[in-house]
Amino acid sequence: MRLRDNYRQAVKKFQPKPSYVANSLKAFFIGGGLSVVAEVLRAQFRVNLPSLAAEQAVLLLFIGAAVVLTAIGVYDEFSQFAGAGSTMLITWFANSLTSAALEHRSEGVVSGIAGHMFKVGGAALVYGIVAAYLFGLVYFMR
Amino acid sequence: MEYWSAFFVGGLICGGAQLLIDYKFSQIQVVIGLVLVGVVLGALGVYDWLVDIAGMGALLPMSGFGYWLIKGVIATTEQNVIAAGANVFRLVGVEIVAMIVLSFFTALICKPKG
Repeated sequence: MRLRDNYRQAVKKFQPKPSYVANSLKAFFIGGGLSVVAEVLRAQFRVNLPSLAAEQAVLLLFIGAAVVLTAIGVYDEFSQFAGAGSTMLITWFANSLTSAALEHRSEGVVSGIAGHMFKVGGAALVYGIVAAYLFGLVYFMR
Repeated sequence: MEYWSAFFVGGLICGGAQLLIDYKFSQIQVVIGLVLVGVVLGALGVYDWLVDIAGMGALLPMSGFGYWLIKGVIATTEQNVIAAGANVFRLVGVEIVAMIVLSFFTALICKPKG
């Protein structure tokens, strides 16, 4: 434990200080802008579809866009620039599945693509499902 | 008006998450925390109100994913152990299936860049 603390203090001098305000403002404006785009799309879908189906259609459009952008290699640069403005959205999940599958393509179709697809995104899925199941049972017993 | 509330709710979630990432935590920890926050607030009924005022601004972040996980479980008529397990994917299943199918065919067709 003391070794770890010493290492952290020694390394801290050489690390660049993150610029908190600039990064947060970038994430704020990009996340908010994407939310407004989603809201406009929902208003368009809402004309013909019921409420839940319209929301699902908008999310499917975002997922499709994230997968296509990952496939042509643009998403990485956008994600580097936007920070949490893109990684906190549902597009992070689509990007993590697609990039893991692409990365392990060379190991084969079964053990490469299918086996490694949930390498990063599976963590969010595991915690979400466990928490939802337990909280659902607690909700029923109330 | 609803566009402004969507902008502020979505932006505040992303900006706060960026602050947490810069401060101490890693990115995957913040994402998991956001999903858990969505599940807890959805079970308490707070997130219904947030979705009412902000629309997609609350559904597009990963907390909306957690909210739909818990909403699929609790917003049904039959409430027992077996139905809870069957209904976890009732709302988010379409997204997860779309993601898996799209990424599978993308990995088959494309070559990795960089």
